[in-house]
Amino acid sequence: MRMGRIDYGGITRDACLEYIPDPQIGDYVMVHVGFAISKVDPEEAARTYRYLSELGELDELTMPETT
Amino acid sequence: MKYVDEYRDQKVAEKLAVEIRRAATRHWTIMEVCGGQTHSIVKYGIDYLLPKEVELVHGPGCPVCVTPLEMIDRAHAIARRPDVIFCSFGDMLRVPGSTGDLFQVKAAGGDVRIVYSPLDCLKIAAANPKKTVVFFAIGFETTAPANAMAVWQAKAQSIRNFSVLVSHVLVPPAIAAILESPDNRVQAFLGPGHVCAVMGHREYAPIGSRYRTPIVITGFEPLDLLEGTLMAVRQLEQGRSEVENQYARAVDPEGNIGAQQMVRRMFEVCDRAWRGIGIIPQSGYRLKDEFCDYDAEQIFELGLIHAPEPAICISGQVLTGLRKPHDCPAFAKGCTPQNPLGATMVSAEGACAAYYNYGRHLVALPSGRERA
Amino acid sequence: MALSFTLSCPLPVTRHEAIVLGHGSGGRLTSQLVHELFLPAFDNPALRKLDDQAVLNVPPGRIAMTTDSYVVTPLFFPGGDIGHLAVNGTVNDLAMSGAKPLYLTAAFIIEEGLALEDLQRVVHSMARAAEDAGVSIVTGDTKVVNRGSADKLFITTAGVGLVPDGVSISASNAHPGDVVIVSGPIGDHGITIWSTREGIDLAGSLKSDTAPLHALVEAMVGAGEVHVLRDPTRGGLGTSLCEIAGGSGVGIELEASAVPVREEVRAACEILGMDPLFVANEGRLLAMVAESSAEAVLHAMRTAPHGREACSIGRVVVDHPGMVLLRTEIGGSRILDMPFAEQLPRIC
Repeated sequence: MRMGRIDYGGITRDACLEYIPDPQIGDYVMVHVGFAISKVDPEEAARTYRYLSELGELDELTMPETT
Repeated sequence: MKYVDEYRDQKVAEKLAVEIRRAATRHWTIMEVCGGQTHSIVKYGIDYLLPKEVELVHGPGCPVCVTPLEMIDRAHAIARRPDVIFCSFGDMLRVPGSTGDLFQVKAAGGDVRIVYSPLDCLKIAAANPKKTVVFFAIGFETTAPANAMAVWQAKAQSIRNFSVLVSHVLVPPAIAAILESPDNRVQAFLGPGHVCAVMGHREYAPIGSRYRTPIVITGFEPLDLLEGTLMAVRQLEQGRSEVENQYARAVDPEGNIGAQQMVRRMFEVCDRAWRGIGIIPQSGYRLKDEFCDYDAEQIFELGLIHAPEPAICISGQVLTGLRKPHDCPAFAKGCTPQNPLGATMVSAEGACAAYYNYGRHLVALPSGRERA
Repeated sequence: MALSFTLSCPLPVTRHEAIVLGHGSGGRLTSQLVHELFLPAFDNPALRKLDDQAVLNVPPGRIAMTTDSYVVTPLFFPGGDIGHLAVNGTVNDLAMSGAKPLYLTAAFIIEEGLALEDLQRVVHSMARAAEDAGVSIVTGDTKVVNRGSADKLFITTAGVGLVPDGVSISASNAHPGDVVIVSGPIGDHGITIWSTREGIDLAGSLKSDTAPLHALVEAMVGAGEVHVLRDPTRGGLGTSLCEIAGGSGVGIELEASAVPVREEVRAACEILGMDPLFVANEGRLLAMVAESSAEAVLHAMRTAPHGREACSIGRVVVDHPGMVLLRTEIGGSRILDMPFAEQLPRIC
């Protein structure tokens, strides 16, 4: 059973990686009860982050319409 | 922490709240399904940032809360046996059955242990060959792959002194049951992010279109919940009823195929009783018969356990969004986390417990909408 | 410290590597333990007399007195051991009244079979901690119980200190307008203990924050008007705030984003589903200080021992008396209420 070492920002614990196809060092994963169940998609995360940052930066008057 | 802290930014939260205020022209009732989302909403005071037009109600998303009393009693009966090491996640330990909780079983001599993963149980089983290790396998679809793997590994490693007491529940049938109810007030859902990370969100489209209800798959951080609420409000205002994925950074529409395969290999769908709601057909998992050697319900013949609930408890109505915790006459009086009378007070993520623990019985807080 | 002994009776007293029942019987083995371990480690004039009691010179004034038991498992953890906790904890309880800690007692309940080396290590930690804190351990007791009747080692202490004239610090003394200050990041001790128990790797430098705080208190009292002091041990910062709000009949407003928490503690709490506000500390204090004094007190703290990371985290108010209101990281609000028992790790 494939296990991996996960860094939670200073604390490391092992988790089972059987449900992550092709895991790479440096990947971010969601871990639930000792199992990685999903990889964070950095592009999707960046897209969301960009949208949220823009939202945070913009003045109320120039808020764009978003779909 | 990366991918966590960014989703707690106050400036962005305020801007999202403004957007929601702008978008909502009439009253909407939105239900979040997952206990982790309920917890986050109450912990961060998110609903206080929303305009009064947008009402968040809390759904049956806490697996601890919805585990039926009979199943709790079954667990306690097994845990009391001297030959058993009973393992469970922490939040189940304080759930009272008909006669006390697992802490009391432990104090009376039962070997009850908290584990953080079902795999921990395999190590315990290997280290204690003369005892039988039983794991209380409760949870939504998110936890099923972990429990499936534990049984699979037990079989592969010929571990014979391990079994699971299964009480898995599924989200889509619960959502459908809520929408079917003639009293239903829910107009949109914030779907469960981690359940969908495993299962994908394809099975929600038929429900959404059948009941013309928007479903936005949402994460757990404050900005996720606010963005998900905004997306839901926009759909409602525009008369759309689609499935949208706010949590795209963790949720693939098809979900985690490998995890689903393992779950299908080990479990089959069955009817399940939900505490406070009743039996919802085809709403749970049970271990397949070929793994009966690992099924605690079959190994330990416990007979029929009938466990009546206190009549005063309205958790069924709280779980389906019809009432709020403070609508209950027993809330914070006869019913507290120390002495829970029903499903929604027993776990930290139950709506009643969350409201109590975050002090909502103590004072009415100024809401964001009044401050703005 | 190597044990040596002179034979003083016909029966040979054999070297023990573990504590046996005899060490608590009051006979030769007990005497050996006292003379060869406790006395050299804690050495002071009162203790040297080895009377049933310690007779002490106490300057005139108000006496502060406290008692505590220490039952932590494991005995040894990053940042310290049960011995450090016993001395620092007692010193801190005294210091929270503004008292200068003077004398401590130490009673040991030892489980039969405890490795002598472990006891020696704990006793030497206590000696070092006492020296750092400027206190003397003047009298003590040793009992040994059957295997299984105690969890390796329990230590009970009492402490006595002198409260300077004019100092009036109490949990019932908070005034609306007071600034709420914490002396450093919270949750280090509780998470260190949890990690050690569970065998979790702490990649960073997280360790217990056990430390004596009397010098910090002295600096604070010298710099301004201190109304309340509390060391938030079991139950954490949150519990102490709730107790003070109740005790003083005031409201408290707390800024969640101002409360200092180390990254590893935050991460551990995320994994466990615990709230750092309710995790134990052993070397931190919580203070409520007159508004006019706040800046001066903070400045004094940051140059005093164990106060380098002191910061203000909230305010005492007239509204919602008896309750603590938390402004969350995203601008929402919630009431902080004490959990009724220890937090259980949440999974979902």
